[in-house]
Amino acid sequence: MELHKLTIKETYEGLKKKKFSSLELTRVFLEKIEKEDKKLGAFINLSPEIALNTAKRIDEKIENGEDLSPLAGIPMAVKDNILVEGERCTAGSKILENYTAVYDACVVERLKKAGAVILGKTNMDEFAMGSSGENSGFFPTKNPHNESRVPGGSSSGSAAAVAASFTVYALGSDTGGSIRQPASFCGVVGFKPTYGAVSRFGLIAMASSLDQIGPITKTVDDARTVFNVIKGKDQMDSTSVESKIQNPKSPAPEPLARYGAGKIQNLRIGVPREYFVKGIDSKVENVVKKAIDKARELGAKIEEISLPHTEYAIACYYIIMSSEVSANLARYDGIKFGYSAFSKNAHNLLDVYLKSRQEGFGDEPKRRIMLGTYALSAGYYEAYYLRAQKVRSLIKKDFEESFKKIDLILTPTCPTTAFRLGEKIKDPLSMYLSDVFTVPINLAGLPAVSVSCGKAGGLPVGLQVIGPWFKEERIFDFAKLFEQTLNL
Amino acid sequence: MIFQEDVKHIAKLARLGLNEREERKFQKELSSILDYVSQLQKVDISKVEPVSHITGSKNVTRPDQSRKIEVEKVKKILKEVPETKEGHIKVKAVL
Repeated sequence: MELHKLTIKETYEGLKKKKFSSLELTRVFLEKIEKEDKKLGAFINLSPEIALNTAKRIDEKIENGEDLSPLAGIPMAVKDNILVEGERCTAGSKILENYTAVYDACVVERLKKAGAVILGKTNMDEFAMGSSGENSGFFPTKNPHNESRVPGGSSSGSAAAVAASFTVYALGSDTGGSIRQPASFCGVVGFKPTYGAVSRFGLIAMASSLDQIGPITKTVDDARTVFNVIKGKDQMDSTSVESKIQNPKSPAPEPLARYGAGKIQNLRIGVPREYFVKGIDSKVENVVKKAIDKARELGAKIEEISLPHTEYAIACYYIIMSSEVSANLARYDGIKFGYSAFSKNAHNLLDVYLKSRQEGFGDEPKRRIMLGTYALSAGYYEAYYLRAQKVRSLIKKDFEESFKKIDLILTPTCPTTAFRLGEKIKDPLSMYLSDVFTVPINLAGLPAVSVSCGKAGGLPVGLQVIGPWFKEERIFDFAKLFEQTLNL
Repeated sequence: MIFQEDVKHIAKLARLGLNEREERKFQKELSSILDYVSQLQKVDISKVEPVSHITGSKNVTRPDQSRKIEVEKVKKILKEVPETKEGHIKVKAVL
């Protein structure tokens, strides 16, 4: 049996039936990473000590016949902007190169409680800013399907690690597509929950009104399993919520749950015409259109819809995101934690700020801090930030109107397949535009998953399934059916 | 379009040190990004309210009470501080 290829569900069964132990499994992954990650660059740090200790503890539980959480003893990886107490946490930035987390993120605490085996921290674009992994302050990650290609970003290491079977699953974070886009490029499942469904406590903040943590997995079922462990209200994140998340056992079943596996009835799917315009790779378009045909064959009713403000999403996103970035990254001042020029070349207080930030930040955070500071500065606030927040209302309203008539929306996750390393790094704007289909979902706060729906030119293509607010179960139900059909 | 003088001004507001080369680079890049985002000016927003919270949460509060933190945790936090003196965070002279 190739242990590293198993899904969460299969691993769980194997552990329960004692086909292998968690310790054995954990060693398989650690050795594989040790041997093969030099060329992929998916991990920044490994935590073998925590991993092996947890594995031993879970094996004892299994020996004693204790009840197991669905994630117990299963190796996983955490994006390096999510805190694991006592482990280094860099957010892919030199400014945090030597920072050790002093507490667990809420999601990490919940995973630890569930017995998850944390293998290590994955590489990423600096402060989650980027769509290729090339903005990592340390080294770029490569796409396991083709090493001359990027894995996508910013959860570059998490997606590559799952695709390369370095881990059973991983956590990512998604501000404008940072889970879904790399999942699409690497041919795995990437899920971004509704804003507020998962606590952001312990996630190094990029743009707080857009950030969400979510899983990157091999299957839709696995994404659902991880989501169910990490979701829910947390005291430490005032934007997190419990109540609206649908209980799978609630008396009013979802359109799909009524009919069981295999056939869909009464499910209305919208396909927005604004997502099939110039700029999309024709091969990607073909693969996604075939996927939509499959949904029709499964019994879904497909309708063309319009989301008229789509074209403004990227512009709106770059104003709001960079404004929030400029505020959130103000904390890196060379005084409280992280890199400091204090004892190096700084002569006064202002110098400490200027030089710590100049030497600690890479180009992309600097660019976004500058853009955000400009958008929020006196005389420009109304023209940029306030206007963008109003356009954001219109983008949200587009989705609200659509979801009155339909149950789910299908789109390509990205306009292209994985591009070449170096192809877009010199042109920030062209890099920004690769998020054109994922950004509107964050602006509206919606949940969405990217599932692999085929290949174009030998590289994976992702289908994005978008649901109404807090209807994650509906997304999972449909995506699972779709996944099963694709595998037939 | 923004000028190198604007870049200097913004960098100062952002407490971000930039060298000549970076100033020139950001002048070009920020101009092109601002040019791109100017398309937002075309949208009619006359009757639109701005987003404040995307799923409608309002004023979540907790009791205004201090929380106890263990001494060990405080030590861990202080260990991350670049410069300390007798358990305090050290800064350059302000006055």
